[in-house]
Amino acid sequence: MLIFELSKPTRRNSSQSPREESKITDIPEEFLREDLASLPEVSELQVVRHYTRLSQNNFSIDTHFYPLGSCTMKYNPRACNKYAMLPEFLMRHPQSAVTTGQGFLQCLHELQEMLKDVTGMKGVSLTPLAGAQGEFAGVTMIRAYHESRDDQRRDEILVPDAAHGTNPATATMCGYKVREIPTDAEGDVDVEALRAAVGPQTAGLMLTNPSTLGIFEGHIQEIADIVHEAGGLLYYDGANLNAIVGKVKPGDMGFDVIHMNLHKTFSTPHGGGGPGAGPVGVNDRLLPFLPIPIVTEEGGEYRWLTELDLPQSIGRLSGSMGNAGVLLRAYIYARLLGKEGMNRVAEFATLNANYLMAQLRSRGLDIAYPTRRAAHEFIVTLKSLKEQTGVIAMDVAKRLLDKGYHAPTVYFPLLVPECFLIEPTETESKQELDGFTDALVEILEEAHRDPELVKSAPHTTPVTRLDEVKAARELDVAWNNE
Amino acid sequence: MPFIPHTESEIRDMLDVIGVDSIDDLFDEIPKDLRAQALSLVPEGINEMEIGRVMTERANKDGLYVNFIGGGAYEHHIPAVVWELTTRGEFYSAYTPYQAEASQGTLQLLYEFQTMMARLTGLEVSNASLYDGASALAEAVLAAVRAKKKATKVLIPSTIAPVYRQVVNTIVRNQGIELIDLSFSEVGGHTPVEIVSQQTTDDVAALVVPQPNYFGVLEDVDALTDWAHDHGLLVIGLVNPIAMALLKPPGRWGKQGADIAVGEGQPVGVPLSSGGPYFGFMCCKQKLIRQMPGRIVGRTVDTEGRPGFTLTLQAREQHIRRSKATSNICTNQGLMVTAATIYMALLGPDGLRRVALQCHANTKRLLNSLAKIEGVKKLFDRPFFHEGVLQLTQDPTAILKALEAQGIVGGIDLSRHYPQLGDSMLVCATETRTDTEINNYGIHLERIMSRRRLDPPCAQKVAGKG
Ligand SMILES: Cc1ncc(COP(=O)(O)O)c(C=O)c1O
Repeated sequence: MLIFELSKPTRRNSSQSPREESKITDIPEEFLREDLASLPEVSELQVVRHYTRLSQNNFSIDTHFYPLGSCTMKYNPRACNKYAMLPEFLMRHPQSAVTTGQGFLQCLHELQEMLKDVTGMKGVSLTPLAGAQGEFAGVTMIRAYHESRDDQRRDEILVPDAAHGTNPATATMCGYKVREIPTDAEGDVDVEALRAAVGPQTAGLMLTNPSTLGIFEGHIQEIADIVHEAGGLLYYDGANLNAIVGKVKPGDMGFDVIHMNLHKTFSTPHGGGGPGAGPVGVNDRLLPFLPIPIVTEEGGEYRWLTELDLPQSIGRLSGSMGNAGVLLRAYIYARLLGKEGMNRVAEFATLNANYLMAQLRSRGLDIAYPTRRAAHEFIVTLKSLKEQTGVIAMDVAKRLLDKGYHAPTVYFPLLVPECFLIEPTETESKQELDGFTDALVEILEEAHRDPELVKSAPHTTPVTRLDEVKAARELDVAWNNE
Repeated sequence: MPFIPHTESEIRDMLDVIGVDSIDDLFDEIPKDLRAQALSLVPEGINEMEIGRVMTERANKDGLYVNFIGGGAYEHHIPAVVWELTTRGEFYSAYTPYQAEASQGTLQLLYEFQTMMARLTGLEVSNASLYDGASALAEAVLAAVRAKKKATKVLIPSTIAPVYRQVVNTIVRNQGIELIDLSFSEVGGHTPVEIVSQQTTDDVAALVVPQPNYFGVLEDVDALTDWAHDHGLLVIGLVNPIAMALLKPPGRWGKQGADIAVGEGQPVGVPLSSGGPYFGFMCCKQKLIRQMPGRIVGRTVDTEGRPGFTLTLQAREQHIRRSKATSNICTNQGLMVTAATIYMALLGPDGLRRVALQCHANTKRLLNSLAKIEGVKKLFDRPFFHEGVLQLTQDPTAILKALEAQGIVGGIDLSRHYPQLGDSMLVCATETRTDTEINNYGIHLERIMSRRRLDPPCAQKVAGKG
């Protein structure tokens, strides 16, 4: 039932909107809407019941284990939400003077300093609104750097074939050509291929480390040298920072610019698709190009650095200063953890991943890179299951839903056939991981015994498998009351 | 350990299963010389009670002000239900709905949102959100340029928010797209067709049309839309969703309607929060849907023929199309859209219209009462929605500072971005402002203006401005 189907003309919630309907006499008719916009006309109770019921049709961290690789679905502490939503924070207009927001700005400034420490970078701007916007800012800074040196030939960004889709998409948005670098059998970047690919056309390399294959890139120093010697810069996709916080700093690995996904490592909620925050960090040579505004402190007073302070900045990325509320949540999380807690994040994320990997391996699952340690995630391949039973990774993913577990990331990275990218995160208990192992093993048994059961899964969710072909062919993206 | 459930004995068991002695052994693939020094700028952890104290103290320091600022973000009443429901864990802590069967709640809500936005803007289709209004405009510019194949220029009125022009420029210039600024009428505060029609349309993909514009003024959307279409340009409407309950929606502008509508979604259910998170929306004509960036939810059926919802047309997106995607956007502003959908459902068509009408009435009252003060003049003689420009005989920076001391954030100083308007500021009164607050604003402004007139501060005397 859609909210529109509950609607009855003339029903209204009189306590939600202004009491009297004021008449307008000073806007000529040509500017006005002739009809009422056809939004639903429902009571407050109908709204509450409808959306409460809809929420119950979701899997979420609060209700289910959610081992979605590359997404870092860890617990989102409720205190972060509560204290980011104090009325003074919620009511402050972004254009009001900084004197009305010193408390808020202090939180942001402290967060900025902590992020510098965690990443080992010289400067941080909190302004990008998500990881992909951080990537955009980072690659645009690389472009600005080359342009500032009048080095105009560089028109290519290198991206490993295992990279997340946002990397090549970002390079294109920044006006670059994309060249893919292959991965070797051990899951590392193919260094010889990289050596052959770099040249005077190379603007930079975008790298995730630990990579999207869940392993720490062994040749990182060599890679950094190859790219730098060719005159390119090194971009760090920080989506997997959770695996190394406190253990390794991207700045020490030779990266020139990095983004972080605070909605991953700093545990701000994913909200069913967002919002996130994608702060960028840079080393000395990119400092002048950081996106604005940036919060600064002078003699105990906080203010924004703008285009007036940073004339070489790549500019602004959003109408205000970034996803302030997300940044506050990340700040609160960082304070609750503190330095010891921050170290433990990587330790226990890594412990959980390696434990789960060991358990699954001992129960007969194929690990894609069996000689390697898992970083905070790892890949299982169900290729042999498909060969033996015809059951594919997607079927197993759907059947996991029946067992009360959200599926891992499926079919990413594209390199590994029939793959699951599994990221348990540090906030899950051993019991939860053991339960997941049992469920997965049970499904593999089902696949051999009764493949149809798995192929037709899920059976217990509000809907069974959806017809995606129909969705794309007979496009219905807005309700027409039919 | 904060948020980590492991007991000592579990840790031992787990290490045994892995076959290592310590957790540190798990990091043995990291070259030794890369291992980090201890964190130095991260303080010791504190507990929930302590962080509560820190945050409350800082919030108190910031305080609460009576707000007369708009300029793209607006204070509206948000009914209690909206955030009570939005922060339910099932919405708050879910990921992007990639596993459709386990995400029907979010997916159906997004489909309802898309429907509401399409109806508000009078266009056929909507996506599931972009980052914010400014970046949504940039995405619309990119979409228009893609749709028009060889064209690389876009006409942008200077009556859109200056920061929007900056953001669009940051986002599109890497691809060699040129933005052509259109000047405005200093009498009407709008973009007359006569100014626009002086532009060459060679190589131009689209015209951006704001309604209302940054000054709160209503543009001649019909004439601008028809002019653009007559010259083979696409029309990108930049609109406020609250205003859409009252004003003619982009889909009905001129003879054919605007092709794309974008805007800032914050006014419908999202708190001001110092600038974010907000959300951007984008609607368009069906024929442009393949140029649309971001996620789109479609309605379909399951294996038993029951209706259900799923992400669709994903071949436009980065995770499928990679370097050829319509945009790099991945994470969007889902939770804000959850709030917006619930807000719009609660208010309904009549409630939303009442909000719009009350905003208009309050702003009219504010402008009329402030314009009576000596040294204050209302600029622009055209119809407006819920904002207006006042020209002062004194420096607005100092006036706004003095108002702040009275607990009023009084408006936006326009003198930097619009020097041609002299000492002017942009003010706004939404439905949340009471008559008393509006009167108080007048009383304080009058007192501040007259005191400064009689006894100008030294700085002004030196600068010769007084
Ligand atoms: C490896 C990697 N890079 C980049 C991104 C993009 O980040 P966001 O979704 O915050 O834009 C993601 C997120 O899914 C990711 O996993």
